[in-house]
Amino acid sequence: MEVLFLQLFNGISVSSILLLIALGLAITFGLMNVINMAHGELIMIGAYSTYVTQNIFMDLFPESMFGWYFVLAIPVSFLVAFVIGLILEFTLIRFLYGRPLDSLLATWGVALVLQQLARTIFGAPNVGVTSPSWLNGGLTVMDGVVFPYKRLFIIALVAITLFIMYLYIYRSNAGRRMRAVMQNRDMAACLGVSTRRVDALTFAIGSGIAGIAGCALTLLGPIGPSLGTYYIVDAFMVVVLGGVGKLVGTVFGALGIGVTNTVFEYWTTASLGKVLVFVCIVAFLQWRPKGLVAMRTRQLDS
Amino acid sequence: MRKRVWSSVLLLVLSLSLILAGCGSNNGGTAPASGGAETASGGSNSGSSGDGSEIKVGILHSLSGTMAISEKSVHDAELMAIEEINAKGGVLGKKLVPVIEDGASDWPTFAEKARKLISEDKVATVFGGWTSASRKAMLPVFEEMNGLLWYPVQYEGLESSPNIFYTGATTNQQIVPAVTWLLENRGKKFYLLGSDYVFPRTANKIIKEQLKAEGGELAGEEYTPLGHTDYSTIISKIQQADPDVVFNTLNGDSNVAFFKQLKDAGITAQDMTTLSVSVAEEEIRGIGADVLEGHLAAWNYYQTTDTPENKTFVENYKAKYGADRVTADPIEAGYTAVYLWAAAVEKAGSTDVAAVKEAAKGLEWNAPEGKVTIDGENQHIYKPVRIGEVQADGQFKELWSTGEEVKPDPYLKGYDWAASLSSGG
Amino acid sequence: MQLRTLTPQRIYILIGYAVAATALFCAPLYLNDFRLNLLAKFLAFAIVALGLDLIWGYTGILSLGHGVFFGLGAYAMAMYLKLEASGGRLPDFMEWSGLSSLPLFWKPFESFGFAVAAGLLIPALLALFLGYFTFRNRIKGVYFTILTQALVIITTTLFIGQQAFTGGTNGLTGFSTLFGTSLAGTGMKHTLYYVTAALLIVAFVLCRVIVKSRFGKVLRAVRDGENRARFIGYNPAVYQMVVFSISGALAGLAGMLFVLHVGIISPSMMGIVPSIEMVLWVAIGGRGTLVGAALGAILMNSAKSVFSENYPDAWLFFLGLLFVIVVVFLPKGLVGLFSRITFRKRKESEEHDGAAAISHPAVRAGNG
Repeated sequence: MEVLFLQLFNGISVSSILLLIALGLAITFGLMNVINMAHGELIMIGAYSTYVTQNIFMDLFPESMFGWYFVLAIPVSFLVAFVIGLILEFTLIRFLYGRPLDSLLATWGVALVLQQLARTIFGAPNVGVTSPSWLNGGLTVMDGVVFPYKRLFIIALVAITLFIMYLYIYRSNAGRRMRAVMQNRDMAACLGVSTRRVDALTFAIGSGIAGIAGCALTLLGPIGPSLGTYYIVDAFMVVVLGGVGKLVGTVFGALGIGVTNTVFEYWTTASLGKVLVFVCIVAFLQWRPKGLVAMRTRQLDS
Repeated sequence: MRKRVWSSVLLLVLSLSLILAGCGSNNGGTAPASGGAETASGGSNSGSSGDGSEIKVGILHSLSGTMAISEKSVHDAELMAIEEINAKGGVLGKKLVPVIEDGASDWPTFAEKARKLISEDKVATVFGGWTSASRKAMLPVFEEMNGLLWYPVQYEGLESSPNIFYTGATTNQQIVPAVTWLLENRGKKFYLLGSDYVFPRTANKIIKEQLKAEGGELAGEEYTPLGHTDYSTIISKIQQADPDVVFNTLNGDSNVAFFKQLKDAGITAQDMTTLSVSVAEEEIRGIGADVLEGHLAAWNYYQTTDTPENKTFVENYKAKYGADRVTADPIEAGYTAVYLWAAAVEKAGSTDVAAVKEAAKGLEWNAPEGKVTIDGENQHIYKPVRIGEVQADGQFKELWSTGEEVKPDPYLKGYDWAASLSSGG
Repeated sequence: MQLRTLTPQRIYILIGYAVAATALFCAPLYLNDFRLNLLAKFLAFAIVALGLDLIWGYTGILSLGHGVFFGLGAYAMAMYLKLEASGGRLPDFMEWSGLSSLPLFWKPFESFGFAVAAGLLIPALLALFLGYFTFRNRIKGVYFTILTQALVIITTTLFIGQQAFTGGTNGLTGFSTLFGTSLAGTGMKHTLYYVTAALLIVAFVLCRVIVKSRFGKVLRAVRDGENRARFIGYNPAVYQMVVFSISGALAGLAGMLFVLHVGIISPSMMGIVPSIEMVLWVAIGGRGTLVGAALGAILMNSAKSVFSENYPDAWLFFLGLLFVIVVVFLPKGLVGLFSRITFRKRKESEEHDGAAAISHPAVRAGNG
């Protein structure tokens, strides 16, 4: 019973992490059709931003204030990744709209450069981020079942991020313009939407969310130059499984992979569990090539 | 139109530079071509550069890719040793010139670069490698071309190549004494956790035999893919198995995730002993001392090891690379390797591989970890073994040590229970 | 094929082929053993690139899973070499992984013929199997690409996990002889080099025949308008399956040669990174032209070697920037640049047919 409870929680927790790393990609890849292989490196940038914020707090503020650095680190990570995303869009991505497979190759080059840059600036070894003390410990639900605060915090962070994204994309004017451009660029341009500006903003937002993911991941995992490579494939799987172009699909995709992974890993071993999950994804896509939640379209060559 | 002209000019320049670079290397390669082929196939590679006052040595570690996290610091330590030796007048009155190559965390690349260092640069020796896979990839190259490799990391044993010197610990200098100590001091029930590659699998095989022989009990065994970052399920499996000791052979990055998440699950070092064999001072910085406090590790050297040689070593290392840097076992082993090679060359009076190997037999040197001696038979080195506990400042406190140096025994021939492990060798 | 008049362009091209063939043939004269070994490895890579170009450049399907096919071929050859090196005893890694006898599926690899056949057929059949399901279900474009990545993850994780059978992360290494002759000898290296060069030429001719044939025309039709091809009465799935399978077999062939030259194969060579690199060779050389793909593989790998030897700390900057610049500003790769400079006149007249068609598929495949 306890195990079931704990594993259910673990499954949801893993899903929330997957969702967080995939949300940014759901925008850049799902909405804009840019296969951004540097997405993992944007996550890394978020993680390093958190590290830098922590160091600044350690140097400038009294020790009693230290715990609060993390609250500031979230927007800082978002902003840094946002700005870098904007620069990327302006210098590179805008040449690649309409040819997603080329964007895959070019952003792969960007990923290599960013990794080496991180190595040059911060050194090759991992850096340490001390998580704030108010996130230590966990909620004891029953005897032997502890829900760590950090994981609860990440679940909450994902929920909030998702809610804000929902408001932005489906309930704001900017979001309406964004959807218009993504669905029918020419028509949107005819109606006076500045597609250039919308493109740049959309890509930057996707990047910024990757930054938030990086910030959250410092609580659980390593912070080093190759951090991004651990998450990039998983992120793509989540988006593709969920169905490109729909936010709700990404949510289901993350839940599907996260829970299945936890179950398989518990029943078998971690390696075999991973293999089984990917086999399931391949098999599932054979059955529903467009993912869990497909965009309805009447186009033949969509 | 202007845009098109501009971009084609740019590309022209780019491709020209590429072709030029290619030619450059070809020229470099062509010059010694005829001689190079002979030397390489002739077998004995003297390595000594005839051209006067320099001796070239190769440094081959991953400077990019996932393994750069660990290997970059060893690379730094080896460069520092070379610099120190040069400052004291070099070897045989000649200056050492390091030739640096990047193994790029890719095993075939290690083999390629090793071949390049021996055949093109004609280095006298190579210091390099970290993972077992990179060593296994380089081994045939060094044996084929009769080169010399100094490998500075603890590993799974069951190997002794005539062309490799092993300055890290083999199993009986790290894992075996650690298991014995744990059985005596921390409990009988072991859980084996490792990354899914050769070192953990072989190490765990040895541990299982040892547990059987020394009255331990196996509570579980689990391997996670390299780069695995979510340990929640593994941790609940461990909790269910309720072992006395978790013997941890996870690799670099996975350690960060495992220990952070172990702490979150409310498990401290008081509740459960963990002993790691791949977590040293440098990894502690990436994990956080607050997370690791109280957990154990088994190594031959710690930054806190109390020898006069170590004091100078740590001071010099920090002075050269920054006060925030730390030293650790593999870093020390890399540093020691350079000095051992230099001493062997001085003794042999030449850099010829066979002469150096002969001179290295029984060679002693006062390393930061204490006195080390090269075993002439298997080319490993005698080392002291130490078990340490992580302190709040990210340093180790030595809990136990063998005191004297342990004789290397890569095939565990001195242990009856290990008979089934190595019919080879 | 009909005889065309010898325009200056055709003469240039013929001269180019002649120079390339001579350079290949004479390479052992002007390269030392080490460089020759590298060149031989690059030639093997060129064979993968040809296969990738068939499926990507001509059929418009981007596979990021060719590392797997390459690796399967390589493992087949490596198993043969390992058994020969062990000389009747159990291979060393099996011993320390706790096996007491040779696994059944290793036995046939004692025969060289079987190993070669397996190295070609296993990748081809795997590609056919995967292609049968994915193409029949009309999975294309980005979805197919991501699926092939999943294939990579599955295969590498399996190969790493089954250490007793595959050698785990270390892979297979420590080979000594082929047909009783040492792999290290200069004579053997020269022979292997010529074998590789010859096989590259065979593969090149084979691909050229395919591309110029009716079959090749249908491939391009599928690339440029899959539904149109379907409506005319072709079944695109069959063509895609067959070409994917051929491409897989070529990768397997390259893998076998790679093992002979490099002496090691490990799961990391089948991973995501090498798979993407293979595609980049084609992109940089020029997709949609066979010469471009082969040249791209050779040039890119030379560049990688040269950069990393001269700038071990910063070579990734150069390489990364090179990828970015070529992909963004040079969609037709180096061959496109070359033809742009050399044949300015020709280019203008061809703007309407050939050149335009080459840049087209990317747009289509991407939107799919």
